[in-house]
Amino acid sequence: MADKKLQIALYWGAACGGCDVAVLDTNEFILDVAAVADIRLWPIAADGKYKDIEAMADGELDLAIFNGGVRNSENEHIAHLLRQKSKLLVAFGSCAYMGGIPGLANLTSREKILETAYRRNPSIEWGNRVVPQPETKLNGKELEIPKFYRRVYKLDQVVDVDYYIPGCPPQPDRVRETLLAIVKGELPPKGSVVGAFDHALCEDCPRTKNEKKVKKFYRPWEIKADPDTCLLEQGVLCCGVATRSGCGVRCPTSGIPCRGCYGPPPGVTDQGAKLASAVASIVDSKDPNEIEEILAGLPDFTSFAYRYGVAASLLQRSYRQ
Amino acid sequence: MTKTIVIDPITRLEGHGKISIFLDDQGAVEDCYFQIPEFRGFEQFVVGRPLEELPRIVTRICGVCPASHHMASAKAVDACFGNEVAPVAHKLRDMYYNAHYIHSHTAHFYALAAPDFVMGPDADPAVRNILGVVGKVGLEIGGKVIRCRGLAQEIQRVIGGRNTQDIWCLPGGVAKPLKPEELEQIKPWVEELYDFTVFSLQLFADVVLNNPQYVELILRGPYTLDVHSMGLVDDNNAPNFYHGKVRVVDYEGNEIHKYEPKDYAEYVAEHVEPWSYLKFPFLKKRGWKGFVEGIDTSIYCATPLARLNVADRMATPRAQEAFEQMYATLGGHPSRALLAQHWARLIEMVQNAETLKAYCADPEITSDQVRVIPRTITGEGVGIVEAMRGTLTHHYTCDEQGICTSANLIVGTTNNNAPIHMVTKKVAQALIKPGVEPDQGLLNMIEMAFRAFDPCYSCATHSLGKMPLEVIIYRGGELVKTIKRNC
Amino acid sequence: MSYEPKIVGFLCNWCSYTGADLAGTSRVHYAPNIRIIRVMCSARIDPTFVLKALREGADGVLICGCHPGDCHYSEGNYKMMRRYPLLKKMLTDFGIEPARVRLEWVSASEGQRFAEVVNDMTQRVRELGPSPIQQTLAQDMAER
Ligand code: SF4
Ligand code: SF4
Ligand code: SF4
Ligand code: FES
Repeated sequence: MADKKLQIALYWGAACGGCDVAVLDTNEFILDVAAVADIRLWPIAADGKYKDIEAMADGELDLAIFNGGVRNSENEHIAHLLRQKSKLLVAFGSCAYMGGIPGLANLTSREKILETAYRRNPSIEWGNRVVPQPETKLNGKELEIPKFYRRVYKLDQVVDVDYYIPGCPPQPDRVRETLLAIVKGELPPKGSVVGAFDHALCEDCPRTKNEKKVKKFYRPWEIKADPDTCLLEQGVLCCGVATRSGCGVRCPTSGIPCRGCYGPPPGVTDQGAKLASAVASIVDSKDPNEIEEILAGLPDFTSFAYRYGVAASLLQRSYRQ
Repeated sequence: MTKTIVIDPITRLEGHGKISIFLDDQGAVEDCYFQIPEFRGFEQFVVGRPLEELPRIVTRICGVCPASHHMASAKAVDACFGNEVAPVAHKLRDMYYNAHYIHSHTAHFYALAAPDFVMGPDADPAVRNILGVVGKVGLEIGGKVIRCRGLAQEIQRVIGGRNTQDIWCLPGGVAKPLKPEELEQIKPWVEELYDFTVFSLQLFADVVLNNPQYVELILRGPYTLDVHSMGLVDDNNAPNFYHGKVRVVDYEGNEIHKYEPKDYAEYVAEHVEPWSYLKFPFLKKRGWKGFVEGIDTSIYCATPLARLNVADRMATPRAQEAFEQMYATLGGHPSRALLAQHWARLIEMVQNAETLKAYCADPEITSDQVRVIPRTITGEGVGIVEAMRGTLTHHYTCDEQGICTSANLIVGTTNNNAPIHMVTKKVAQALIKPGVEPDQGLLNMIEMAFRAFDPCYSCATHSLGKMPLEVIIYRGGELVKTIKRNC
Repeated sequence: MSYEPKIVGFLCNWCSYTGADLAGTSRVHYAPNIRIIRVMCSARIDPTFVLKALREGADGVLICGCHPGDCHYSEGNYKMMRRYPLLKKMLTDFGIEPARVRLEWVSASEGQRFAEVVNDMTQRVRELGPSPIQQTLAQDMAER
């Protein structure tokens, strides 16, 4: 690749913008990338025209970095287009990798979401019955907006993906290392998670760990937890046990439990199932009723188990009628 | 950054912002629609979550201003838990939030707004970007901008453990105190930021105010709307970003409303149109009257200028000086000159830096009593902060376990949805006349209006800063052309 | 075509599998809907297995281990006992009827009981109808 500059595009689907800010936060490094690569599209910081992308030959891009999940017809269209034009497609950030926080929507339904936002909220105009529609006819004119899908998809549920960079957002140091590896062509096998480590967060957590035995769980606000001891040991649900390391242990070192944004550790298929078995193993009781009681201290466990990954879980979505 | 103008058939490719203009048979503008295609639905999927998790979930509405959502959410959650909050936690949150403001305002002013002014609105688009600005003002200043934005981010990280996607607020306070050694680390940064904000104000004066052409554009250009202003103020009616009451003032300077966050639903309501995913807030007591200007309208703006319009004064001395100077130049307070947003933004930044300085000197700020354990669950709470792009309201209800049962969010940019829709139509009507072929100049004009609002549709649709834009023009029901830009 | 539920049974080697074996050798009749997978101990049954079985088309999952106190590895079944409430909770949140997954202690001598458990579960899952998972996921993709 030495003689020709790499051709790169960055784009977003159903994203919050934080992933782009994470790339910006690599500061001067962006200039190094720009020295060896042409950034053909990056809406937040550089010029580039969609029509240029459409006009490209298939495979003309070396690398497309996609952040955000797939929530509507437009997100999907862009995902397909970038896949077609790029040799490598990277799912960047938890949303593209696992559906992300917007994927929590998969625990409810499209109908409920629309109903709540446009009809039921207390500030909605009195008597309103209107809900936005993909197509509106108004005095003979047609207005279109994208179709809001039934659920959120992670990127590889709609197109083939080469690599995954976890994190919400990925930490700038990891982003730097990973882009460097890509630029140098030092890539692991297709389908690998890159930009993170190959062990669980707990291994890097500086809090002291003893034997974990819990009789009562606490919600983070119910207790002033000791700042130097493992949170889970103190009965505060921390997802570090079921999470891949890579973030620099941001949350537990700031007095806050991990919520799993780096996704499951290597070899784990389903992050939530892993968390369930880890949490179950520390419950200090052999009596079924007492066990139930202790576990009742963890309301809404499912949203912790899959905070960033409902779309990536084995079950993917709710089946409630 | 603002230049891709292509004429293309419509595809579903971009969006995040789409303007459909309908011409009559004579070629005059009959109708114009500003549409937002994105929607994610946070209000429903936070239901069922334990309340204390909300401040770290809702930040994903927007990664550009996550701290605004974090703070509004934390305040709503505090209220649901009886509003007992460690006093120093409020100070720390306010300190953190002022640093966040400097980060966001710096990014907006230098990367998005400055290119137009420093390079000139008619400069070659290839240099009308931040790199052009750096080229013109010099690497030294460019380096200063990058460094100071970075410092503002770093201050948040030191105080709260993370910058983008904040984690730090808990019901009753914050998760970690500010250690004395951390304060010492921050102090010189704050001094540097203060100098930087004063420098930025001077830069604006040198480049813009010394140029009669720009002043003319700001004062008498087509960029005014006769609508009202909204913003958060403290007890002295000075702007406050974290705490206070919401004040609404008409464009002649009369107070229309002043309300406590908890009462928001009596004052603000949202109108829905089938052709946009974004709702249109309006002043409820006046009722929805359509997209109209005038002293009786129910439409308002919530922007940096709006915040200074509703304020009687600034909260800090250097900012106050700048405030007086601005309104003297604009010909009085309040002002409808939409392009003065950029100036107002810089004045806010000075207040942010002065506020940070005051906190650094506060002996209580390193107290370790940063959290109280809540004892009651009230079942309902509203939290309002000023996001950079407008008044941000989070309203939650919960059950007796503190599990969220409903959420209503009125997000910064959303407040400005109607004014943006209106200004678009106004510009289109001013420019497209029978016999005149609509072209790229149109797009530029529209863009300048948008940029003043700094619309952020990450937030509003629960995507990013500079919005991709597509203008579609129909004549007699037939598509005649599409003008687009993607960033 | 009438619906016949597919049930996957994870049975621990030492008690429950032997119990099922006894049911077989004693010619106790039980519903043919169950496909049995033998594991060394109920502790080996990771919640992932259960979710995977459902995802791959099982209408129900039966988990059997030694009675509390009798686990061959002494404490394995307590692990399963603690996972079970969380597993049920997760299934409920995903809108899957928790009755599709059932935990039973079956000793080596309880061949008769094993047959009753299988019959009863088959009946219940039959009443619940086919698992919605595969069909819903296919529909999502078809209609978005
Ligand atoms: S992964 Fe996180 S930071 Fe990135 S787009 Fe999704 S929510 Fe935003
Ligand atoms: S469970 Fe959390 S606090 Fe405990 S060691 Fe793991 S990451 Fe650290
Ligand atoms: S500690 Fe957990 S939730 Fe926090 S940044 Fe790291 S992986 Fe993400
Ligand atoms: S060996 Fe049967 S449950 Fe452990």
